[in-house]
Amino acid sequence: MSRASNRSLLTLFQGLFTLALTLVGLLLITFALSALSPVDRVLQIVGDHASQATYDQVHHQLGLDKPLPVQFWHYLTQLAHGDLGTASATGQPVLQDLLAAFPATLELATLALIIGSIFGVMFGVLCARFVGSPWDLAVRIFTLLGNSVPIFWLGLLMLALFYARLQWSAGPGRLDDIYQYSVEAKTGFVLIDTWLSGDRDAFTNAINHLTLPVLLLAYYSLASITRLTRTACLSEMNKEYITLARAKGAGDMTILVRHVLPNIRGTLFTVIALAYTGMLEGAVLTETVFSWPGIGRYLTTALFAGDTTAIMGGTLLIGVSFVIINNLTDVLVRVTDPRVH
Amino acid sequence: MPSYLFLRRTLRSPAALCGSVIITLLVLIAVFAPLIAPFDPNWQDAAARLQAPNAHHWLGTDSYGRDLLSRLVYGARPALGLVLLVTVITLPVGLLIGILSGYYGGWLERVLMRFTDVVMSMPRLILAFAFVAMLGPGLVNGALALALTTWPAYARQARSEIQRLRHSDYLAAAEMMGIRGQRLLVGHILPLCLPSAIVRLALDLAGIILAAAGLGFLGLGARPPMAEWGSMIADGMQVIFDQWWIAAIPGTAILISSLAFNLLGDGLRDVLEPGHD
Repeated sequence: MSRASNRSLLTLFQGLFTLALTLVGLLLITFALSALSPVDRVLQIVGDHASQATYDQVHHQLGLDKPLPVQFWHYLTQLAHGDLGTASATGQPVLQDLLAAFPATLELATLALIIGSIFGVMFGVLCARFVGSPWDLAVRIFTLLGNSVPIFWLGLLMLALFYARLQWSAGPGRLDDIYQYSVEAKTGFVLIDTWLSGDRDAFTNAINHLTLPVLLLAYYSLASITRLTRTACLSEMNKEYITLARAKGAGDMTILVRHVLPNIRGTLFTVIALAYTGMLEGAVLTETVFSWPGIGRYLTTALFAGDTTAIMGGTLLIGVSFVIINNLTDVLVRVTDPRVH
Repeated sequence: MPSYLFLRRTLRSPAALCGSVIITLLVLIAVFAPLIAPFDPNWQDAAARLQAPNAHHWLGTDSYGRDLLSRLVYGARPALGLVLLVTVITLPVGLLIGILSGYYGGWLERVLMRFTDVVMSMPRLILAFAFVAMLGPGLVNGALALALTTWPAYARQARSEIQRLRHSDYLAAAEMMGIRGQRLLVGHILPLCLPSAIVRLALDLAGIILAAAGLGFLGLGARPPMAEWGSMIADGMQVIFDQWWIAAIPGTAILISSLAFNLLGDGLRDVLEPGHD
């Protein structure tokens, strides 16, 4: 085996080690939060009027009478068996609830990411090409606003304007009520489900419902992607090989697309992954505003019901996706880019 | 850079100037809230519910008949208080860990940096959400929750800066003069790490304000009836289709504060780190 592939194998293992360590850290934090919480989980299950004997029995069943390290071990083994506990609000296993809600979040975030990264990279490159021009200034202000605006609030105002006032867009939720039960949920992705159902109106309706939240989240991701693409392009264009390419007669656009973009791909990749994780997290707020039945709304519903088991389960799912995306991107960038040590 | 020169350059950058003027105004509003607010922010006037902006109530009233302008003014207090708390926790912890690991190196560095990396790749918003949801809402818990995942970036930055300066003549001269230990770390190394930490802080605080607003919106911020911008939006959400301004006004305040910190951070970066783009 050559030295280069040995080295990339080593980075791969190092990255996976960090990933494992981070996941354990995340589990420790979520465990610590539920252990430190003043909410009495036993009382939540048995209710206020249970006898002391029932209370003690449930207390014992949950393993709360054991020392904390033992409790943590139980927590880990339960997780390994896919057991996140039972949600007291819905009466179902938390894992089942989460798996039912996850596609909705994934669909929203992924569509927004596609739009946001295409336009974000494009705007970033154009800003670098015409740096200092009115166009550059306009895009910079637009993205600065995108970085400063509370996105859930903007969503609320958009709903008030485009749904209530102008009636251009469909309201909250994924589908109008009339399609709610006629479309069979095979995959959990509303676009695919309505397409498979063969009902054209349902498909159009799904797009109508998606447009507003997707555009909103796309704006959110576009803001950071544009800014960082622009900065990365500009610092790359100061390098000598660009001067050489220019001396050989290459045009600005050719240099940007043929030389600069491939060389900053590591940065781009990281930025886009970061935007994706940001949207998964931000789902808690946007989904609440748009009554979007994903993980975020599940979490806020659990919050208002005081259901700590469901809160910790949802936090763990989003947290684990976040950590995995974050670390895998890091590893991928390191393995594919020989310049990163 | 001498401080008068620094001040002059900062004020010449339009972004930094705008940002610092707005932040100063916000601080003044928060400090002198009782003098500025025309009404008691918690006084409920059942006869004047959901009024549109008028001569008596400049920004109208909410669904309890409380004066919106007064609540907006008082809402600057928890927002800036939280920003201050996060700063006070994040900056010392991050810089301490960064400086220690950068200066002493060895196994201390490896352990501290591995720990930093682990915390750094944790989700900020969702952990803050879980933290406050489990341990109870409130300003202090909110600040703790946000600080929990904010400090690692400062530690990393300080460490890499010290590594760069570790073999500089400047530090060698200081050590030859017999300056070592705490005095070297605080008197000679800390000032070198501060500028970039402050730039990062300004940009981070813009995000912290948004995260805090999100927590407030979900009912996880300051406890009612305290006026808080995030929870004011949540109140306005109930009547968004008829009285849209009740939600629009506090959101604008959040937007302006976050924008101010972003502008200040951008401007400071241009002044303090000219090498950056």
